[in-house]
Amino acid sequence: MYRYDEFDLKLVNERVAQFRGQVARRLAGELSEDEFKPLRLMNGVYLQLHAYMLRIAIPYGTLSSRQVRKLAHIARVYDKGYGHFTTRQNLQLNWPALKDIPAVLDELASVEMHCIQTSGNCIRNTTSDHYAGSAPGELEDPRVVCEIIRQWSTFHPEFSFLPRKFKIAVSATEHDRAAIRVHDIGVQVVKNATGELGYEVWVGGGLGRTPIIGKKVGDFVPRADLLSYLEAVLRVYNMSGRRDYLYKSGITFLVHEIGAEEMKRLVEEEFEEIRKTGALQLPQEEVDRIQKYFAPPAYETLSDAAPEIDALAAKEKNFADWLKTNVAQHKVPGYAIVNISLKPIGKTPGDCSSEQMEAVADIAEKFAFSEVRVAHEQNLTLANVRKKDLYEVWKALDASELATPNVGLITDQIACPGLDYCNLANARSIPIAQRISERFKDVDLQQKIGRLHINTSGCINACGHHHVGHIGILGVDKKGVEYYQVTLGGAADETAAVGEIVGPAFTEGEIVDAVDTIVKTYLDIRKDGEILLDTYRRVGLQPFKEKLYAAH
Amino acid sequence: MQLIKNGAFIADVWTHVADEDELPDGPAIVSLQRWQKEQNALVARGKPLGIRLKSGEAPSLIAADLDKFDVVALEFPAYRNGRAYSYARLLRERYGYKGEVRAVGAVLRDQFYFLVRVGFDALEVRDNITPEIWKESVGVFTNDYQPSSDGKPSVMSLRHRLAAHASARNAG
Repeated sequence: MYRYDEFDLKLVNERVAQFRGQVARRLAGELSEDEFKPLRLMNGVYLQLHAYMLRIAIPYGTLSSRQVRKLAHIARVYDKGYGHFTTRQNLQLNWPALKDIPAVLDELASVEMHCIQTSGNCIRNTTSDHYAGSAPGELEDPRVVCEIIRQWSTFHPEFSFLPRKFKIAVSATEHDRAAIRVHDIGVQVVKNATGELGYEVWVGGGLGRTPIIGKKVGDFVPRADLLSYLEAVLRVYNMSGRRDYLYKSGITFLVHEIGAEEMKRLVEEEFEEIRKTGALQLPQEEVDRIQKYFAPPAYETLSDAAPEIDALAAKEKNFADWLKTNVAQHKVPGYAIVNISLKPIGKTPGDCSSEQMEAVADIAEKFAFSEVRVAHEQNLTLANVRKKDLYEVWKALDASELATPNVGLITDQIACPGLDYCNLANARSIPIAQRISERFKDVDLQQKIGRLHINTSGCINACGHHHVGHIGILGVDKKGVEYYQVTLGGAADETAAVGEIVGPAFTEGEIVDAVDTIVKTYLDIRKDGEILLDTYRRVGLQPFKEKLYAAH
Repeated sequence: MQLIKNGAFIADVWTHVADEDELPDGPAIVSLQRWQKEQNALVARGKPLGIRLKSGEAPSLIAADLDKFDVVALEFPAYRNGRAYSYARLLRERYGYKGEVRAVGAVLRDQFYFLVRVGFDALEVRDNITPEIWKESVGVFTNDYQPSSDGKPSVMSLRHRLAAHASARNAG
């Protein structure tokens, strides 16, 4: 893991001191809420329906056990004993008191953490593959690039007042778990014909009101020039992005309006100028310095077979179920990637209590090199677990209600906070996700249905990523009544697509039945080996529409 | 309104001239439109001349004329509108402009640090800004991760200086 040096530490401490001053000015009445707003928004503090909300940055979703314990402590002391992991791999606290936030920031700084750029129209936390470093077929650990981007983008003087928030994601495997094509910039690590590593740069993807899949603008950016290229994209956007109309201010709209070709031309022109100066060229020593922090842990030489685990699985169905869905293949023989579901049946997706965080920290310390990842699907991951430890890990997770065997299945849903917390929302999201989860809680049924992503957002800002859910649910308000619009066929991976609206929206009372109808229709007509997304891609909307609206 | 130039609170000798107003006798800052229309007359005047660019008027529009201006004033119509940060960097780094780059409009204390970093050397600020506030706001961070127009060494280069010192010491 990356560790702060004196420079990183000083910067974060100076930031805490600055924010402490700003909070003091607010509490003393020197600043009105209006004047305070842009300042708190630079530091992850939102004013929500009921209270201030604090968003803590988890750079590229990587945490040490020590940091997880600190988060547990903060949630317990300054909040109600739980936190909420977000689709940006961050952690949100829903109930902190404004007066306590400087103290929370001090606590965070003591474990090399902060809330910098978790809100505001700046470059947000760069996200990545939660299997980074452990995924088979990975070209390099994408977190090295993420850390380079983190430093470059932190308090960037030119890009702290962009037209809109700006999100970057990095993937280093062909199978994209970081959803790079629905980010403002997606960076894909690639290898060229001569075996040299470089970056594909995708620009202008995004969800929100007008979902658009990004366009490939950079085909092969050399490693040393990545920051020059990113600076070029950001500069073009900062100068040409719309500022007159909030809902068209994203880079998605710029690319859409001028076209991908023109965008590419502008970026390359700017890139050449920046590159000429050499100012942002990455010295190999700096790359090496950061790379060292992400060196693989001390893996043992192990056989890939784990007969004792297979034997236990044969005896205990619950363990076998969990192995089937929550454990993924590791690049090193004898190791596995363990996903921790934060989606227990009927609970709020992404919520985690202080006790659970502490349990995860302990388990990671004992079995996973003290490292925990946050997945953008709002789950956690232990990226390096010996296969022979899987049973013990499962037992320990299960004891803390962290072993729901549903990762990637229908009850592993993404949902935004919705009307229960958020002052932008039009409808509730969490209760819908909870009811779907209850409806499909049968493990065998879930496995029969196979991989299926249901994403729910409580408004068109799409924090629940509904556009890229295999089934997407969008809450809308029609004259004070909550309705739910359903899309099919969305995907966030390398086959990224925006879902298609099935038809008129459903009431709160109808929505779970509608999902059930979609699932049953798929089960009826699917061919061997198909998941719902495949079936939809083969047959289109029609068969689903017929069933959904047959009675209407 | 007061003027801070290179960190000092000083009297402003410049007048912003509206397009319909007559030019004063002394230093004048005019709009891009006026410059484009009255270029010859403005130069022939023989008095210090400045130009004021609105958000959306990129410095490339005046790149060829920069030697005619002692001041380029860049407008912030709202603190949220950050276009002029890019404009300032382009003026300094791309076009090598050495004259005054002045921030006008919605210029708040929490922007000072960023403004100075991208090459503004003059800021028109609200009257409630004191030298103490200026000092605190502009000096909020000792070091910076990225290179910019202020020419300060980035953290990256400081790290390598330190590493080089250390290895030189070890070698000695």
